[in-house]
Amino acid sequence: MKNDKSKIRSPNDEPEKLIEVYDLTKSFESVQAVNGISFHVNEGEVFGFLGPNGAGKTTTINMLTGLARPDSGKIRIAGYDCSAHPKAAQHLIGVVPDESNLYPELSGFDNLCFCASLYGIGKKERQKRAENLLEQFGLQEAAHRNFSGYSKGMKRKLTIAAGIIHQPKILFLDEPTTGIDVASARQIRQLIREMYQAGTTIFLTTHYIEEAERLCERIAFIVNGHIVQDETVANLLQPLKELKVLLITMTHDSGNISGKLAEAFPGYDFRSVSQQHLRVESEQTISIGPVVRFIEEQGAEVTEARQIKPSLEEVFVEVTGIETDVMKTEKNGGPS
Amino acid sequence: MNRWIAFWNILLKDMQSYYLKPPNISWGLVFPLAWTAMFFIRSGSGLEEVIEILPGVMAISVLFGTTSMLAVTVTFEKKNRSFERLLLAPISLELLMFSKTSGAILFGLVNAFVPVIPAAFLADLSQVSWATVIPAVLLIAVASTFLGLFIAVSVSEVFEAQTFSNFFRFPMIFLCGLFFPVLSLPVMLQPLSFALPLTYGVDILHGAIHGQHILPLWLDFLIIAGFSLVLFLISLKNIHRKWIL
Ligand SMILES: Nc1ncnc2c1ncn2[C@@H]1O[C@H](COP(=O)(O)OP(=O)(O)OP(=O)(O)O)[C@@H](O)[C@H]1O
Ligand SMILES: [Mg+2]
Repeated sequence: MKNDKSKIRSPNDEPEKLIEVYDLTKSFESVQAVNGISFHVNEGEVFGFLGPNGAGKTTTINMLTGLARPDSGKIRIAGYDCSAHPKAAQHLIGVVPDESNLYPELSGFDNLCFCASLYGIGKKERQKRAENLLEQFGLQEAAHRNFSGYSKGMKRKLTIAAGIIHQPKILFLDEPTTGIDVASARQIRQLIREMYQAGTTIFLTTHYIEEAERLCERIAFIVNGHIVQDETVANLLQPLKELKVLLITMTHDSGNISGKLAEAFPGYDFRSVSQQHLRVESEQTISIGPVVRFIEEQGAEVTEARQIKPSLEEVFVEVTGIETDVMKTEKNGGPS
Repeated sequence: MNRWIAFWNILLKDMQSYYLKPPNISWGLVFPLAWTAMFFIRSGSGLEEVIEILPGVMAISVLFGTTSMLAVTVTFEKKNRSFERLLLAPISLELLMFSKTSGAILFGLVNAFVPVIPAAFLADLSQVSWATVIPAVLLIAVASTFLGLFIAVSVSEVFEAQTFSNFFRFPMIFLCGLFFPVLSLPVMLQPLSFALPLTYGVDILHGAIHGQHILPLWLDFLIIAGFSLVLFLISLKNIHRKWIL
């Protein structure tokens, strides 16, 4: 199933649009969950759908996969008109929902076999695939235990396995790494990369900006049912390439000092990001020494000064106007 | 064909997960027997009346067996979201609901014949026309399963499904001629009896088991089949309307 990526992505080839969405809207009673969004996903890419809680991500996935009916708009998946025939493309689609929805009374193995059977896969073949997936996810030990007794991370892994057992052309992943430990999250991200390398088109929703930056080729930011930005990751990061950023941690209130610093160093941009943190930005190289000395002359003690790599997080704050603490960040360190 | 793999496995999973579980099996056994016993004790009738009670006990076993299962196989799975998996599968909604209800229909069919076993020891069943009884029981099972489906789709909680189905079930015991002939009911209630599918199924059973029935049997069959079809179509429409949001 390995595809030659370079062939798909040669610059003269216009990539094929596997998912096309035009002016999609959906409301629930008084809530406008999705408000006229249009976007497309190219064949073989990892498309990130990024937005805060309640932005409309799950609602969009539900409409694309045939679990929800759009109020208006058009959906085309692999050439099928899915707004008129929501079931037309379902044989090509795998869905990993945000909450595990497998059968609690069945074992891991039986759950996988059952899910494969829904796609018309014969008994021998589905048992073989189920065994392989259980091994791939390190769940062999638990294979014949009831799903209800699985831990959260195990449940998530089995839910992903169930979403890919019929080898879908398009995989929808709704926040696959939310609420699980770092090692499992890393394993899942590795799996997403492998699926991508095997040629699967992936539609990924996430809260984690870093995760999107690492995994996705293109990202759409959705806020309050509107898409506020839809760009390749490379293009989003382009303006940040030249930017140097220094993060200074100090004992005193950084807000008082930033004004004085701005006067003393007109070439740099100072911003107090929290009580103790000061952010310094510049297009030129920032000389750390003079800045630190200046701060200490003001009677504050600098406990740390480090250069950070500007990330997509900055872009996100810029385009959405949402401070990133609104979005959850992964506990115990960032994504791998 | 591929989608029959899906159909068969949905049915098989429901059988293993729900129908073949000991509580359901014992329910299927105890319930009809309890009804029969209660009826005998209450009316003090003799063994010769077994054959007159049998159609009602069979019908009631099917009715309670099927309708209560749908609350689990459909309402419960909808509630815990595993039903979404089925809605995502590339099979038509018709086939999906047909496979979700087949288990209940079979369960109802088996339940119906539980009371026949003791009855065979207590009474002479030689004049019973089994060739009519079997399709009649099948149609009763289909109609009451689809009634259960209609109820399961109309509610969102399992307990609501149970309450709502009792709202239909208990009046049906008295209105559908299970134990008291429809024609002996107060005239005002009779139109209500004829508006319920079970009445026609029970009429066939009475005819086939001890020879007394109200309508021509072919008409009974036609009407109960019609009811089944309409209930199934309404349920499908409700699923489309309410579940695919
Ligand atoms: N079935 C429903 N009934 C009523 N409102 C709904 C329903 N589903 C979604 N909504 C509303 O639509 C909006 C978008 O919800 P959605 O679940 O798509 O957000 P999301 O981006 O997936 O959020 P999260 O990151 O929390 O999963 C929310 O305001 C939500 O309350
Ligand atoms: Mg969501």
